[in-house]
Amino acid sequence: MQILWFWLVAIMIAAYVVFDGLDLGVGVLHLFLARNEEERHILTRSIGPIWDGNEVWLLAGGGTLYFAFPWLYASAFSGFYLPLMIVLWLLMLRGISLELRNHLNLGVWRSLLDGIFGFSSILLTIFFGAALANVIRGVPLQADGYFFLPLWTNWQPGIHPGILDWYTVIGGLVACVALTVHGALWLTIKTTGDLELRARRVVTPVLLVLVLLTMVSLLATIRVQPASLANYLAYPVTFVVPVGVVASLAGVWIYNRIKKPLRAFLCSSLYLVLMLVGACWGLFPTLLPATTGADRSITLSNAISGSYTLHIGLIWWAIGMALAAAYFTFVYWMFRGKLKPEAHSH
Amino acid sequence: MNPESMHRIQFAFTITYHYLFPQLTMGLALLIVILKTIALRTGNPHWDQAARFWGRIFGINFVFGVVTGIPMEFEFGTNWAQFARVSGGVIGQPLAMEGVFSFFLESAFLGLFLYGEKRLSKTMHWLSAVLVFFGSWLSGYFIIVTDAWMQHPVAYQINAQHQFEITSFTSLLLNPWALLQYMHNMCGAVITGAFVMAATGAFYMLEKRFVDYARIYIKVGVIVGLLASIAIIFPTGDLHGKYLAKNQPATMAAMEGQFHTEKGAGIVLMGQPNEDTGVIDNPIVVNDVLSFLIYGTTKAEVKGLDEFPRDQWPTTLPLLFYAYHIMAGLGTWFALLMTAAAFLLWRKTLERSSWVLWALLLSFPLPYIANTAGWMTAEIGRQPWLVYGLMRTQQGFSNTVSSSNTLFTLLGFMGLYSLLSILFIVLIYREIDQGPAAKASAAATVAAH
Ligand code: HDD
Ligand code: HEM
Ligand code: HEM
Repeated sequence: MQILWFWLVAIMIAAYVVFDGLDLGVGVLHLFLARNEEERHILTRSIGPIWDGNEVWLLAGGGTLYFAFPWLYASAFSGFYLPLMIVLWLLMLRGISLELRNHLNLGVWRSLLDGIFGFSSILLTIFFGAALANVIRGVPLQADGYFFLPLWTNWQPGIHPGILDWYTVIGGLVACVALTVHGALWLTIKTTGDLELRARRVVTPVLLVLVLLTMVSLLATIRVQPASLANYLAYPVTFVVPVGVVASLAGVWIYNRIKKPLRAFLCSSLYLVLMLVGACWGLFPTLLPATTGADRSITLSNAISGSYTLHIGLIWWAIGMALAAAYFTFVYWMFRGKLKPEAHSH
Repeated sequence: MNPESMHRIQFAFTITYHYLFPQLTMGLALLIVILKTIALRTGNPHWDQAARFWGRIFGINFVFGVVTGIPMEFEFGTNWAQFARVSGGVIGQPLAMEGVFSFFLESAFLGLFLYGEKRLSKTMHWLSAVLVFFGSWLSGYFIIVTDAWMQHPVAYQINAQHQFEITSFTSLLLNPWALLQYMHNMCGAVITGAFVMAATGAFYMLEKRFVDYARIYIKVGVIVGLLASIAIIFPTGDLHGKYLAKNQPATMAAMEGQFHTEKGAGIVLMGQPNEDTGVIDNPIVVNDVLSFLIYGTTKAEVKGLDEFPRDQWPTTLPLLFYAYHIMAGLGTWFALLMTAAAFLLWRKTLERSSWVLWALLLSFPLPYIANTAGWMTAEIGRQPWLVYGLMRTQQGFSNTVSSSNTLFTLLGFMGLYSLLSILFIVLIYREIDQGPAAKASAAATVAAH
């Protein structure tokens, strides 16, 4: 039961990264890829009907975390207070600017909203990556199970680190670059003509950076959190995960070259999922490692909710997820196909 | 200021601001379904067009509701960590269900409703409106179940780690408090929607623009507004009040400014409660009415605050008293105004009665005030408890987050929300100014997403 809920929450987070990742990635590219108003309009249209639904994965995942692992939720959310609040503000600015750029048809204001949209998307990807890196590196849990992290201290991952140190910054960059690739691939699916061409061309150089950064981050992880290898060494077959990471990157490259945008996009989704799965497996069964001594770590068995709660939860969770999957399929199917530049037709 | 107060102020500020949007979302969702249903049944495109206009307003309002709702979900962890740690098994449940069941539904079908009209058949478009309505009302229900458990904890046990755990899922979802609160609260949301719609109609009518649409909006707004204004007082407000008097007697006494227990208690219509002397200054009292309202006889005994130890009195008692009286006072005004308007509508003279049209127009902010005051009544009335009778508010906040950090984020929220308010007003004003008639530009904005 515990293990099941661990992976159910992980699935929801992975779904969030894959789905909202694509619109964050489009946001990152927004200022750089589109050359004129018409193209920017197309970029926002490519995510217009879906971004809100994508973001719900964050809320549903957060709610499920609260319900299944209340201690983890309480400790992590209060400990990461400042960065979470900043994330909230960025999410707000992003949502508002994205929706309103098409309502306010007043020249300068639209550029301002575009700027905010792009900027907040970039910062969000970096924050999310850094957040994951914080969880891997560990936090200074006190004896009562709580902690509080400042935004930065000396930029070193020690016993009393800040949210940002060299390691978590690498994590942030990986996320930013990975989601840029992800977003660009989405655009190759949704756009035509010149824009499609440029989106496809952007992938190759960014992908190279991603490959490098991925390697760096894997090595850095082993250095900062050597314990993350333990599960892999105990079950060597799980080395398929890192191998899968490399394979999916290769897949992105190949399919993008031979113009199979959907497959390339699926490969980058696979990459994101495997990076997360790899990190989860490295930590398992710890949920939040303590830099202040392993006995203070929050683990699966001490954070889990009561068993009746979890049994009931499983029933509604399964029904709810089946419904959500159905809506997602339906909506993506309704809005399938390429966007036509001039047509104001849907 | 101590950390507890800072967390409370930040939470109160952000939730009060958030709720300004969902109340219109939930109210309008129902009204849009009504408009779309009439359009579908009569085949009259005019009603479709009338609905499209509200769809645009709904869309803008929804975005603001979404972005201000996200912080709420986080704040249980960021600001109320000690509470979250013990309550996940109980109220984490409806909160997670809200995300899983209603937000997915709403966001998916709102996208279809707003952007998909040309791709969907008429019936499917109607159906997406219905599903948006269903999703938003469902999300209201889950949130109220959450709140109701804090007001009136049921079906729980306390486990070895001092956490609350549910013992029965159905009793949690069917908490009688939640049912009463939901009915009352949803009437409040419908009132907001109906008043906004009627006020817009009155505005167009007074300006003599879009008169055809003005008629529709006034008619639907007034009829629905009248029904909801009656239902919010009787039966829902009445039942909710009686249940409250039974289960949170100290709260009831404080709301009514009843410092001393008495038989045949009178109702205080106005006045200023003085906590130190235990009297109401400048009171206007109607004899015996309170006893009658709560117990159905004029002679029943009503408990006063003197029955309860001082540390169980609601904190900020005068605010509670005012909030309650503002809600009830406005409720009376809504019923009177809507009755008058409905009467004139029936006599077919409403369009020419500029006094009543002006009253409708100027009344649109009042439901927002009444709903906010209602929630303040509920939440301040619950103090000093976080979970009524079980856990005090001072045991629930995040004690690792210092008050200077909370002040920092509170100021951030205030700045951001001021900006949002300006944007919101500008956008809504533009939509109303452009009006419901098929303007190429306005239609294109929606289509172009
Ligand atoms: C348009 C809004 C509106 C109006 C006109 C009224 N209410 Fe209300 N009331 C609400 C909107 C509201 C609310 C916002 O929906 C509340 C807050 C919590 C809740 O469930 O509903 C509420 C709560 C609430 C409570 C519960 C307080 C608690 O839980 O501690 C009572 C006893 C009443 N109301 C009673 C009344 C009465 C007797 C009214 C007669 C005029 C009335 N309300 C009008
Ligand atoms: C829209 C409706 C709501 C409004 C306007 C509202 C308003 C408030 C206010 C004014 C306070 C501060 C009370 C005080 O400090 O004296 C408060 C506290 C609080 N409310 Fe609400 N509330 C609403 C709905 C909810 C819901 C649905 C929940 C639960 C899911 C909730 C949970 C809390 C919590 C946890 C606190 C902080 C602890 C406390 O001060 O009691 N509120 N709310
Ligand atoms: C602590 C309490 C609350 C939390 C955690 C919360 C959370 C949220 C979140 C995360 C959203 C955005 C959903 C999306 O992305 O689609 C949202 C929207 C919404 N909330 Fe709240 N909310 C709270 C209070 C309330 C209350 C008291 C009500 C009504 C009774 C309410 C009703 C709604 C509705 C109907 C929506 C969707 C429509 C809209 O955004 O305008 N919420 N809420």
